[in-house]
Amino acid sequence: MSRLSVNIAGVEWKNPVTVASGTFGSGAEYSEFVDLSRLGAVTTKGVANVPWPGNPTPRVAEVYGGMLNAVGLQNPGIDLFLERDVPFLKQFDTRIIVNVCGHEKKEYAAVAERLSDAPVDMLEVNISCPNVTEGGIAFGTDPRSAEEITREVKRYAKQPVIMKLSPNVTDITEIARAVESGGADAVSLINTITGMKIDVESRRFVLANKTGGMSGPSIHPVAVRMVYQCAQVLRVPIIGMGGIMTAEDAIELMLAGAAAVSVGTANFVNPRASLEIVEGIEAYLKRHGISDVKELVGAVRE
Amino acid sequence: MQREKMTENAKVLAQRALADHIYDLTLEAPQIAAASSAGQFVSVYTHNPAKLLPRPISLCGIDRAAGRLRLVYRVTGEKAGTAEFSRLAPGDTVRLLGPLGNGFTVLPKKRAFLVGGGIGVPPMLQLAKDIRSGTAQGLSGEPCEMHIFMGYRDASAFLLDEFRQQADCFAATEDGSVGTKGNVINAIEESGCQADVIYACGPTPMLRALKSYAAEHDMRCFVSMEERMACGIGACLACVCGSEEKDAHTNVNNRRVCREGPVFDAREVIL
Repeated sequence: MSRLSVNIAGVEWKNPVTVASGTFGSGAEYSEFVDLSRLGAVTTKGVANVPWPGNPTPRVAEVYGGMLNAVGLQNPGIDLFLERDVPFLKQFDTRIIVNVCGHEKKEYAAVAERLSDAPVDMLEVNISCPNVTEGGIAFGTDPRSAEEITREVKRYAKQPVIMKLSPNVTDITEIARAVESGGADAVSLINTITGMKIDVESRRFVLANKTGGMSGPSIHPVAVRMVYQCAQVLRVPIIGMGGIMTAEDAIELMLAGAAAVSVGTANFVNPRASLEIVEGIEAYLKRHGISDVKELVGAVRE
Repeated sequence: MQREKMTENAKVLAQRALADHIYDLTLEAPQIAAASSAGQFVSVYTHNPAKLLPRPISLCGIDRAAGRLRLVYRVTGEKAGTAEFSRLAPGDTVRLLGPLGNGFTVLPKKRAFLVGGGIGVPPMLQLAKDIRSGTAQGLSGEPCEMHIFMGYRDASAFLLDEFRQQADCFAATEDGSVGTKGNVINAIEESGCQADVIYACGPTPMLRALKSYAAEHDMRCFVSMEERMACGIGACLACVCGSEEKDAHTNVNNRRVCREGPVFDAREVIL
């Protein structure tokens, strides 16, 4: 048996696979298909200090080899989240990563503070959501704001902090370096790529929000490139995501430099995708006689 | 009511065109059929890896004994996922996720109007059969009095003959080619029939009109809603509709169409 466990910023995961925030709720719905205890970690949908209603519908549209979403971070707020979702996840033997969202610094800080004594393992800070007008991506596309928000969250967080980066920038390594200087314990990338779809018959925008975040296999090569670029400049671990549909896609991101991976849109295509990817990574290690999954990290050959 | 959901590779038993762009697909899917009830839906996956998301399609027929599901659906465009489904032939397989959503719960001993419009017509057929046999969710063997009103654009009037076998049935068409010229409200008024409760599926303007009609006539009204979906099981929050009260799950005035719905008490949702 190969070793599957990985250590991300001091937190031991039993395998390198988690799920991408926003695709998996807080795990309850998918627990009907997947034993959550078999995942390295569950990353929750973004949670804010108060409930958010999200955007008008339609919130999703299919595009060739992917999809657009503009859910707009609808969430029940930290109070109900702590009361209902955290106890639910505690039933499983998996790591809990809480995705944190906000409009402004103090909102992020408020959530981090509320989570500081909660039994969760890591925070992932969403500074890259393209679907809200304030906050979100505004923090993630400017290196100085990104560094400041990281510092602010770190001041309140007791758990290791993962900063989730946007691909909607000219040079992602600039933002990655900034959050590392701000004290980020890890980074995750990539969030969705901003897109748009127009119905040519009705001449209308398909999404009520006009723009949406593109995800799915068509963005995977962008994720591979950006993970590789960040791996060249960062000391902190990278959680790689973006269009992972199969174990091979996950391994590709690890070879590019990701220490762990997140499965997102694939959950919609196959509710058991996350688990099948864990099993596929295991089979790959066996097939290649690799004794420890960590040997894959950044192991692409020049 | 939430039941066990599953994925199942269904075998195509038959397929035929019912009208322009409307197809009638019979599948062998014993596990999902055994767990399904009227008003629920299945998500149907395409074979095209570039079309990622499953298509939610209502159940027009459920035969638990034979392990069969019947889907009547509209092909929305030449390149749509539903166009691929329309080319499925006996012996082919297609992957399903289901049964999804809550389905209709019928109020016992209450006179019912069953109302369908456009591609909202098909799910009402299984409900009509279940009300007639007293086996609908909420009933314990005793049928309810019912009248059926189906609205169509034109003379295509698909499934109308089958509705006529279940109960007194009235049609409305926009062009007047079958039944009342106009909409289902016109057909209800013209019929002179009365009821205590409306069960409906169809376009939002129709549901909105029925909600008002029910309120004016002191009737209950249950509507099956449609919205663009991704996961189909309540995780992604794509397919929400506005709710009058704060929803217990979302903690905002939004309800998940795929999970708490698609059937809602019309008083609880914003149409």
